[in-house]
Amino acid sequence: MNESPCIELQGAAVSRGSRVVWSDVDLQIPHGAVVGVLGPNGAGKSTLLEVVLGSLALSAGSARVFGAPPGSRGLEVGYVPQSRDVSTASGVRGFDVVALGVDGHRLGFALSAKSRKARAERVGDALDAVDGSALAKRRLGQLSGGERQRLLLAQALVSQPHLLLLDEPFANLDVRQQSEMASLVARIASERAMTVLIVAHDVNPLRDALDLVCYVAGGTMAIGKPDEVITTEKLSALYGAAVEVLEDASGRRFVVGLDEEIAHPHGHGH
Amino acid sequence: MMFSYAFMQHAFLAGTAVALVAGAVGWMVVLRRSAFAAHALSHIGFAGAAGASLLGVLPLWGLLAFCLGGAGFIGALGERSDDRDSVIGIVLAMALGFGVLFISLYSGNASTAYSILFGEILGVSMGDVGVTIGVSLLSLVALATLWRPLLFASVDRSVAKARGVKVGLVSVAFMVLLAFAIAISVQVVGVLLIFALLVTPAATAQLLTARPLMGVAASIGFALLAVEAGLTLGYQFGYPVSFWITLIATTNYALSRLYVHLRIRHSANSRRVN
Repeated sequence: MNESPCIELQGAAVSRGSRVVWSDVDLQIPHGAVVGVLGPNGAGKSTLLEVVLGSLALSAGSARVFGAPPGSRGLEVGYVPQSRDVSTASGVRGFDVVALGVDGHRLGFALSAKSRKARAERVGDALDAVDGSALAKRRLGQLSGGERQRLLLAQALVSQPHLLLLDEPFANLDVRQQSEMASLVARIASERAMTVLIVAHDVNPLRDALDLVCYVAGGTMAIGKPDEVITTEKLSALYGAAVEVLEDASGRRFVVGLDEEIAHPHGHGH
Repeated sequence: MMFSYAFMQHAFLAGTAVALVAGAVGWMVVLRRSAFAAHALSHIGFAGAAGASLLGVLPLWGLLAFCLGGAGFIGALGERSDDRDSVIGIVLAMALGFGVLFISLYSGNASTAYSILFGEILGVSMGDVGVTIGVSLLSLVALATLWRPLLFASVDRSVAKARGVKVGLVSVAFMVLLAFAIAISVQVVGVLLIFALLVTPAATAQLLTARPLMGVAASIGFALLAVEAGLTLGYQFGYPVSFWITLIATTNYALSRLYVHLRIRHSANSRRVN
């Protein structure tokens, strides 16, 4: 791959209205890394994805994705938003949802039999990749939370992106589904040599899948190997307050000692 | 023969043009769950039609002008503003208020209001037919052009946006399409029965198929059936055409629901036997 990192932020800051979400962020994410984006609610985890997508502009500093301004490499970036954003269209089949990932941005509709066939093959491949070929004929509204997440993952994969952004893919999934989803994402990432950013609340279901952790808190971020970032010292420094990382017998880590004020240092979180 | 009357020819021509657009656009209305916007636009159109009668121009022009204005307004509100529904409701009520004023200034007679509210397809002029066919063709071409981005933005707004679909622009364009569809549909079934053409056929189609293009075709088919059979029954038996259209559309919906219900029961039973 090329010399420059997949994602690079320098002196980056983002504001929403008068509120600074995070600032002074220097971040380099190498190609092929699976990165967990962790941190408390309202710290700006999804905001990071929006910046990488190019749908939210920085208020200071610079951002490069594949060495170019964010948003200029549309098809190379696959995106799965938080599932609650998919509110309407419950009557549409899984197949058509994934097919929109192929050509939904283009005007008109696919007329030629050849392009329809090519599209159907790509949709089939993407559904196979998430073990979801059975989802093709079912309606969006009939799918369980886990099935829907796999379908939306297939939609993101169908354009064969080099970078995949997953926003809370584990919301509404039980513990077993969470670890299945995590190993599925890790397998696909290594098969396709993709860089993946996964926004999550809890590192534990993801632990084995992650190369790096990007911890967003206290108005800034820290990035590194999971065991190096999720420590009492690092997180206390990040939050600017005493927090403690506990580890249980199986190696799962828990962050304790946070109250609301620490979690939302700017006082406007929700 | 019913086609020997000019008014029946006009009614069938305009009705067919309306059914094509209402069926196709209605499928998107049901998918996007924007029935309230459709309801509001038709009521805003009432003021336009009444105002046009007052000024002595073709009511269809007033319908088009007010529906397009309303569409621009609703589009400008954006999809996410918190008080969207109440603001639309407030504008809808004010428009109806003006409609009542215009009607009373016009003549004070109830028949104008009645035909706007419940449709007067048997009264359309050759001029109405021409404008209706023109608007219908324009709408169908626009819908075909916008098809994929509109479907994408309706199914998954945030992913569509990330893929470079101009979702805001697509929403406004859809509201304009909806305004066209409503303005011409009001002639057939009136402001109050607009859902008979814009929601019922599309909802019937979505019961029967989940495939988008097949669904649009089925929705158009059900709308055409309701309009053509409604006109024929109205001609044969009297009673308002809009009553017949509503009755046929609703019957199709009920039968389709029953069919789907029985099919599910049947497949559940055969699974149990095997």
